[in-house]
Amino acid sequence: MIGVLVASHSEEAASGIAKIAKEMSGQGNVPVVGVGGNESGGLGLSVPKVYRALMALLERCDGVLIVPDIGSSVLASRAAVDMLTPEVMDKVAIANAPILEGAMLAAIESFIGSDLAAVLDAAKEAKNLDKSER
Amino acid sequence: MSFTVEMARDALRKMNAAVESKKEYLTELDSAIGDADHGTNMSRGMNRSIEKIDSKTYEDFGGLFRDVAMTIMSAVGGSAGPLYGTFFMKMGQKLSGKKEASVSDMADAMNEGLVGIMTLGKSQPGDKTMVDALSPAVAALRENAAGGHSAAWAKAARAAEAGMKNTIPMLAKRGRSSYLGERSIGHQDPGATSSYYMINCFKDAAKGA
Repeated sequence: MIGVLVASHSEEAASGIAKIAKEMSGQGNVPVVGVGGNESGGLGLSVPKVYRALMALLERCDGVLIVPDIGSSVLASRAAVDMLTPEVMDKVAIANAPILEGAMLAAIESFIGSDLAAVLDAAKEAKNLDKSER
Repeated sequence: MSFTVEMARDALRKMNAAVESKKEYLTELDSAIGDADHGTNMSRGMNRSIEKIDSKTYEDFGGLFRDVAMTIMSAVGGSAGPLYGTFFMKMGQKLSGKKEASVSDMADAMNEGLVGIMTLGKSQPGDKTMVDALSPAVAALRENAAGGHSAAWAKAARAAEAGMKNTIPMLAKRGRSSYLGERSIGHQDPGATSSYYMINCFKDAAKGA
């Protein structure tokens, strides 16, 4: 199963969004984890924090999709992925997607048993999610 | 003469002092177009790095720069963490095993760092980022490699300073400032400013090389 790592400037936002995505993805079986905040508890995201969360998820998943918010969260996610060995790196992708909608659609796609590429596509589609129509 | 591991450590100590004395100014620049954390972030990152490297002995540049890279990445939650962290990490990888470096060695290592930053941030010269100070500095080191450290670093520092000032009229294309669009014009980029300080500190440390 593909895990989803929600990476935000804020620890509260990350865990809240992870919780929503997990509950929306059927039975809450999909590993969805939030990581956020800097080492002193303020806003930001440090590379080792992402790396540790990523490694922990990889231990119980076939792959991991990282869904970051913006700016430095994206850079910290990329830098954490750069630290992985090439074989492991292939099991990880970073989604260019709105963080909540992306994490939720990714978790749903993972729940139906899709691979990393399909989970990534589902997250990317999140930017087209029309809230006025549903 | 060569640039030594001890000179590199001295450059980093000088960078810590420079960032500390310009902390308010960096934050002021960042509050105009960013999220006002660059001064605090650079200060925390460099402070922790110096604490780390002061307590150890280093056989080569690799170990020194790797420690600084890991410390900055841990200590800094803003973009400066992954960006400066990657810069020092790539420098360390390029200079791994070396105890002394020629001007070309340092130019090659800084170029690796620069490419690392550009890859991570998907940035180019002209985007109003630290690349605009670093890129001309690396080019100046390369062009003046034959003249020895002192002269080459002096040229590099001047090039970095000019590059930093050139960011003022630029329209930001990366980072939070890019969301400001036209309003980013007329402000000096904080990342280019701290990058200039870094190059200037390497210049000061290279005086005896």
